[in-house]
Amino acid sequence: MRWHAAGLALALLFAPAVQAAGTAQLSSGFANPQEDMRYHSLLRNLRCLVCQNESLQDSQADLAKDLRRVVRAQMRAGKSDREIVRYLVTRYGDYVLYRPPFMGATYVLWVGPFVVLAAGLLVLMLALRRRRRAPEETLNQEQRRRLSEFLGPNEDHS
Amino acid sequence: MIRYLIPFGMFAALVALLIVGLHHDPRRVPSPLIGKPAPQFSLSELKDPTHVLSRRDLLGKVTLVNVWASWCVSCREEAPLLTMLGKSGVVPIYGLNYKDNRARAIRWLKDFGDPYVADAFDKDGRTAINWGVYGVPETFVVDANGIIRYKQVGPVTESALQDKILPLVRKLREEDRG
Repeated sequence: MRWHAAGLALALLFAPAVQAAGTAQLSSGFANPQEDMRYHSLLRNLRCLVCQNESLQDSQADLAKDLRRVVRAQMRAGKSDREIVRYLVTRYGDYVLYRPPFMGATYVLWVGPFVVLAAGLLVLMLALRRRRRAPEETLNQEQRRRLSEFLGPNEDHS
Repeated sequence: MIRYLIPFGMFAALVALLIVGLHHDPRRVPSPLIGKPAPQFSLSELKDPTHVLSRRDLLGKVTLVNVWASWCVSCREEAPLLTMLGKSGVVPIYGLNYKDNRARAIRWLKDFGDPYVADAFDKDGRTAINWGVYGVPETFVVDANGIIRYKQVGPVTESALQDKILPLVRKLREEDRG
């Protein structure tokens, strides 16, 4: 029983690798390895609108297949990455971008975590300073004597 | 006392934020095409392949453009309502038949109702991509100047029709006259 659980855990551990290997086989049809790389890096940064947690690279949705075809056709037509991305953004909005652009509606998204981090550091600093200011508690003679009694005569901790 | 209220307040704020988030439907992606001219297209008519439909056919009147397919299950859901609307003559509905088979699409219209003035046959889905379609059904409200004014994602429901689409159609008509 325990071995089964271990096997399952192992399988789960390697599942992402298997999946990644599966997507890597997705052929672009570009013979030139540089173009192939460009194609895949473009797809990785574009979101599939049907399966919203998947990139165009990973999604098997029909729309993703069609959009991959559009990207390939535009690359063959000599369009730049920026032109291809703009083509998709004008039709589907900024939502197709996995990296949302820095603008009014998204600045909370970009800056928020750092603000929270800074606030946390500030609270931590204040708390530490307050603790340092508190008087240190020291043992009086009587307490020292009792402590050494507890610890025994062999170890002198005074 | 306030010491203990602060974390509680932060917790309550977080809960409120998450509750608001729950009521957002992430599938409804706002279309950047709203307020923009409807994209050009040139497609054959579904029933009469020799006839070509284009953006020009939409101009001069407020129209609905409904994206549908015979393989789309939720299109059946909106079919009775759309058929009624189409027959009533309140607003002309143009169909954009998405990645379908001509014979099957025509049979579907016989089975589930045909509200369309005309149907553009978008076999490879290119036109739909130009319109920013990411699922079927979708319905656009296009004004007389060919500007997209609204997009309904998913089936047209009675409440969507009464609360959003029809009031908008009326308003656009008045703008036209005025």
